[in-house]
Amino acid sequence: MDETPPTAPDAALPKPDPIPAASSVTSPWQAPDHDDDALTPLHPNHVKVLRIVIALTAVPFVIGSLVLESAQLVPTGLFAVPVVLAAAILIIRVPLRRYQARGYAMGADRLRVVRGLLFRSDTAVPFGRVQHIDVNQGPLERVYGLATLTLHTAGSHNASVHLPGLLNEDALVMRETIRAHIKRETV
Amino acid sequence: MTPANPDTGPISETRNVPQRTNPLGFVTQGLQGLQRAILPMVAVGYSMRDETFGLLAALGLGVFIAAAGAGFAYLHWRRLTYTVGETDIRVESGILSRAARSVPFERIQDVSLEQSLLPRLFGLVQVRFETGAGGKDELSLQYLSEEEGERLRDVVRARKDGAGAETRAEASANADTATPVEEPAKVLFAMGPRRLLTFGMFEFSLAVVAVIGGALQTFGDFLPFDIWELEGWQKLFAGPFGQLENLGPSARILGAILGLASLLVVGVATGLVRTVLRDWGFLLERTAKGFRRRRGLLTRTDVVMPVHRVQAVRIGTGLVRGRLGWHGLSFVSMAQDSGSSNHVVAPFGQMDELRPIIAEAGFEPPSEDLAWQRGAANARIDSAVASAFLLAPVAVVTIALDRPWLALVPLAAAVFLGLRQVYLWRFERHALSPSQLFIGSGWLVPKLSIASRAKLQSVEISQHILGRKRGYATLHLGLAGGTMAVSGIAPDLAEELRRAVLTSIARTDFSELGQ
Repeated sequence: MDETPPTAPDAALPKPDPIPAASSVTSPWQAPDHDDDALTPLHPNHVKVLRIVIALTAVPFVIGSLVLESAQLVPTGLFAVPVVLAAAILIIRVPLRRYQARGYAMGADRLRVVRGLLFRSDTAVPFGRVQHIDVNQGPLERVYGLATLTLHTAGSHNASVHLPGLLNEDALVMRETIRAHIKRETV
Repeated sequence: MTPANPDTGPISETRNVPQRTNPLGFVTQGLQGLQRAILPMVAVGYSMRDETFGLLAALGLGVFIAAAGAGFAYLHWRRLTYTVGETDIRVESGILSRAARSVPFERIQDVSLEQSLLPRLFGLVQVRFETGAGGKDELSLQYLSEEEGERLRDVVRARKDGAGAETRAEASANADTATPVEEPAKVLFAMGPRRLLTFGMFEFSLAVVAVIGGALQTFGDFLPFDIWELEGWQKLFAGPFGQLENLGPSARILGAILGLASLLVVGVATGLVRTVLRDWGFLLERTAKGFRRRRGLLTRTDVVMPVHRVQAVRIGTGLVRGRLGWHGLSFVSMAQDSGSSNHVVAPFGQMDELRPIIAEAGFEPPSEDLAWQRGAANARIDSAVASAFLLAPVAVVTIALDRPWLALVPLAAAVFLGLRQVYLWRFERHALSPSQLFIGSGWLVPKLSIASRAKLQSVEISQHILGRKRGYATLHLGLAGGTMAVSGIAPDLAEELRRAVLTSIARTDFSELGQ
């Protein structure tokens, strides 16, 4: 599950952050993050992937509004301007905020995955409870050399924990590290 | 290789030899097909009641459906074989297309036996191999003889426990004598008819009303009048209750009370019948292999659950029965039990009866000096405010509709929900003991979950935007076969709980838990 697409409160904020600042990860409104280890941010390319995904979703709506505009059924700009603005905010600002909200921490015996803007979650998966590990690369992720690491557990809640936006090499190294912790199940 | 019949051939020869299920099985399935033929027969008979050959057509259809069902059942039986191999159980099936499935012994969590009415008359059982895949994906064999089912269960357990030659020899020795040695079993919980009746009284259910309503909607055309038409009812009641209508409002109130009373009677009766059908002869035993539970009047089930597979225990109760000290106990595990992952091990007992069962599963009931902790008050206030916000528009609408007194209803509801949050704040609590996590929840119907800290799978702290601003979080715990969460607690407390649980988890590897 992904975060709820940010709406009014986010869009209403006046000025977008210019760069993915590392400071935002430890900003005061993320109070409960004071676990033992500091969070590692994801690879900056993750922002690009998120932007492209949102852009692809927004394209049909923008085109639709422009078509409506050219048909001149409604007063000029009534429809197209808000749609284009919303698309711009969704494409430029939201991925950045999402990226800033995400992070992970590889502990000695656990992986911590933090994510979410409106619904924030901070999940810790002990290596000893991992059933199997996936490293997936979608076409976009491949272009940017990224990968998604997925840990599967036996629990009904958090049956699979996804960590996107890792450098592919990092993801593979992490997989090996975690795998080394999982003892071979006695057959 | 000719499939051997396990019931006639010497059992010791059955290893690695494809076997068929019991031949009586397809007879049973054919008979069950006959049951299915009844409804179409009635339908055809009714719709063609004016034709000369109506009855004949209905009979013909019935015979056809039954014959086709029996034919398929026979073919299916001919083409289905199962093999008990060295390391797995293999089932090959399919009339035209063939399917072969292999389930390794290590992956079989449990073997359960189930008998519904018809197979029971023939002494047959359905054998289900629980792998945790759940529902339709589970491997099952319908039907085997009772002895073969028991034998299969013993073989699987023996292979699973230690695939050593010793156990195998022992298993086949047991099988040779065809009288499996019954381990001394300790009865943990049993329900006699008296207890069952008391239990049934509390299992109030109006499911039957819904079923009848649904059936009337579907088959309403068969009735001599339209049930959704008020006039028909008035005519129907005009006879016996005609006088009532002339008696004025007091009689109408009496009528309403009578109606409610009859609904109550129907609800209690349904509950009784359902409970007796499900839990007749309830018996929970502690055997060398784990907990063994048998229950059921018409459909008899026999489930065994190894002790180490119990992930958590849950104690529940009801609105009324809780006041009288009656509680129900169930185990959470990955194996499925009639669609739910909770195994009911003692549906209706006093706490004193449940405590030994909990202890037997390796869990401890909460001790007196347990340090219980409450959730954050802010979380409760926010929930109450949120429900008030949802109800406010309703109140506004009712006032706008020129019915100001109706606005009292949403207002009362808001007050009720507010009180509920106060109660929940007061009574919802959790505690951490050196080895366990206790979570008590519920207002009028309190529930208690006890999880072993080491058996949890993951820990998540989640916060929505309001919780972040107002200082509360929810702790979700990954539990194999169930969910567990502590909601609305202070973030610092959530952190502390998570750290404690993760430390316990890190000490034991998954494979050492013996899932």
